[in-house]
Amino acid sequence: MNEELKFLSRQAALGTISRRKFLGRAGALGVTAAAANTMLAGAVHAEGPQKGGTLRIGLQGGSTTDSLDPALATNTTAVNLIRMWGEPLVELTDDGGLQGKVAESFEASADAKTWTFTIRKGITFSNGQEVTAADAAAMLDRHSGEESKSGALGLLRDIKNVSTNGRNVIVELNNGNADLPYLMSDYHLIVQPNGGKDAPDAAIGTGPYIMKEVDMGVRFVAEKNPNYWGDIGHAETIEMLVINDNTARVAALQSGQVDIIDRVPPRTAGLVSRAPGITVASTAGPGHYVFIAHVNTAPFDNPDLMMALKYGINRQEMVDKILFGYGSVGNDSPINAAYPMYTEMEQREYDPDKAAEYFKKSGHEGPVLLRTSDNSFPGAPDAAALFQQSLKAAGIELEIKREPNDGYWSEVWNNKPFCTSYWGGRSTQDQMFTTAYLSTADWNDTRYKSESFDKLLIAARAELDQDKRKSMYADMGMMVRNEGGLICPMFNDFVDAYTDKLGGWVEGVAGFSLMNGYAAQRMWVTG
Amino acid sequence: MSLLVKLLAQRIALGLLLLFLVSILIFAGTIILPGDVAQQILGQSATPEALANMRRDLGLNDPPIQRYFSWLGGLVQGDLGTSLTSGKDIAESISKRLGNTLFLAFWAAIISVPLAILLGLIAVRYRERWPDKLISAVTLASISVPEFLIAYVAIFFVSVRLRWAPSVTTINDSMSLGEKLHTISLPIAVLTLVVLAHMMRMTRAAILNVMQSAYIETAELKGLRMFTIIWKHAFPNSIAPVVNVVMLNLAYLVVGVVVIEVVFTYPGMGQFLVDHVSKRDIPVVQACGLIFAAVYIGLNMVADIVSIVANPRLRHPK
Repeated sequence: MNEELKFLSRQAALGTISRRKFLGRAGALGVTAAAANTMLAGAVHAEGPQKGGTLRIGLQGGSTTDSLDPALATNTTAVNLIRMWGEPLVELTDDGGLQGKVAESFEASADAKTWTFTIRKGITFSNGQEVTAADAAAMLDRHSGEESKSGALGLLRDIKNVSTNGRNVIVELNNGNADLPYLMSDYHLIVQPNGGKDAPDAAIGTGPYIMKEVDMGVRFVAEKNPNYWGDIGHAETIEMLVINDNTARVAALQSGQVDIIDRVPPRTAGLVSRAPGITVASTAGPGHYVFIAHVNTAPFDNPDLMMALKYGINRQEMVDKILFGYGSVGNDSPINAAYPMYTEMEQREYDPDKAAEYFKKSGHEGPVLLRTSDNSFPGAPDAAALFQQSLKAAGIELEIKREPNDGYWSEVWNNKPFCTSYWGGRSTQDQMFTTAYLSTADWNDTRYKSESFDKLLIAARAELDQDKRKSMYADMGMMVRNEGGLICPMFNDFVDAYTDKLGGWVEGVAGFSLMNGYAAQRMWVTG
Repeated sequence: MSLLVKLLAQRIALGLLLLFLVSILIFAGTIILPGDVAQQILGQSATPEALANMRRDLGLNDPPIQRYFSWLGGLVQGDLGTSLTSGKDIAESISKRLGNTLFLAFWAAIISVPLAILLGLIAVRYRERWPDKLISAVTLASISVPEFLIAYVAIFFVSVRLRWAPSVTTINDSMSLGEKLHTISLPIAVLTLVVLAHMMRMTRAAILNVMQSAYIETAELKGLRMFTIIWKHAFPNSIAPVVNVVMLNLAYLVVGVVVIEVVFTYPGMGQFLVDHVSKRDIPVVQACGLIFAAVYIGLNMVADIVSIVANPRLRHPK
């Protein structure tokens, strides 16, 4: 790199000269705007975090009816909001491992039935109160108790007893679970004073920010918590705007009213990334768009028909036309490389001849009915139409029924035998399989009931030998792929975008969109 | 004047009856929709236990008729109740949103109503000549294009390209009036374009109707200027239909702008109502519905009264 450019980019990163000036000078030196932007981003990163300023973030998903109670959080706005003021006991690292948050360390007994979490010393809630083991124990009690309305209730069913001993929280389980700390990273399980039993929606926690203004579904302002123990939280103020309309959210970024947004529509992401000063960042995750069939209901209880459908879907075409390349092909298993113990399986390809063969073998007559709606996943009706076309080549007729968005999750999903849906994924294989593939799971939306699968799942949960465990998960993945009712054409990437006013984006962070919801705390304003 | 009082009393009584019927309709409508508030709050992540706990806490296990009457009982005592989803006082959360909606409607009306009438007068003055044709063409074109499209085009050019006005119009209490007005300048402009044509065409048609009368000819023979004739003699006599259309459009500015609110991310009543309908938060939907119905009925009542006051024959019946 030219020495003058290097000097200029450093100046721009430090804020001595403006970004516009830098881009102008770089242009005069014969550097394209795109290259200059990349250079600037590199320099900004090298300079390290800058403190202060206001970071403005535009988010999808918030609603006037939301609550600040973390137990009731369901959308991405709520997740990002919780990250401001509160923290779980443990959190994912960037590569999907685990790090302590409110708990500084954790360890298991040999049978993984008893877990001890040690609360970090000397940290306080934003109301000045010191965090104790009792607060964390009360939190677990609130989310898992009989009275619980918490979204994390399903995760905590196996807890037998929670007790405290000094700074230690001791969790006893009915069955061994090597993944318990992963469950504790769930965004509902935020440590609040007395577990949030007194004031669940007071937004008092140990997070890097303190909520100053709260207007549900509209706007939030958070200010830096001066007593925060950790090293994130660079901006002095964070302003969060809920912008549900896709076009409006992208326009807000382009017109400089917000610095970072989530959920850039894949259809327009290519165009957005070409605008000067805007970076579109796509992050692979465990989320997947699916066609789900109840394998205990006719005609989908016919394994040959299921095979015909699985061979009759063109996965690459879906990734290209529905995700516009922001994603990867699925393989009829809910597990992909985003999971810590993933084992690669042979890719199932589109094969109309094989599909026709299986279809003939199944003896099924007439069309197959698929239900879909706009909100089952973005582009679901289009994906259904593509499926219809690719099946047609195999001589299978797919009938598509459009259902209304309203009530889709209560009336169609997990109710009707064949429909489109999505899964956000979970942080471990155990969680994903337990949530949707265990015989007794509430959300077993494919009605996959296999005794050998259940046994394997329970055994793997308590298995502390990582190699053994990995091969068990590989077997389970294969069982779902071959016997299950899941037709998974694609894993969708998270597509976020930010302007060059911000530094500190990290590629490929595991978890949710926007760097697992920590983008606002971990990025900084460059001036 | 006693006629006016009687009329007013009659209208208010009718209005209250209408509101009562509206409340039954809304309640029945939200009951018929699939899924209940507990299911909608917990969404895809609902477990049977969590659902049961929430239903019990929200009192959803009571029969619908009982829930309706306990709500009605609260209402007559001036209590709108609390939201099922957020547990907040409904009157308090609505008043802020209603304030925002009225703020936007007020400024859009302040600009669009005089502008529409002025353009109508000009169109009559230069009837069948180029100003008339230009005004008609522009206003008709702007009413024919869907409002969200006008809004997106405005955002693209004015916000993204020129950066004159913000595209996200979330106003808050810490802003000064000037800042607020700058923030909502784009939605005001778009709303003005949307409501202009209707009012302007009605003004033009109503005035043209009376321009054939003998007293207009008299005024012309007196040597008055054409614009003075229109403004002083023709307009007052054609005010009744104009006021009717103006009121319809004012009502639209209050109750019908949800699309504009979504596109410009404006925190008004429309978005508030949609959020609560999708969560089946019946008390809030009821309250919003009643307010919207009241605005509609109220504005129509004003239109009727104005047209009676403006017409001496109705004012002094024999």
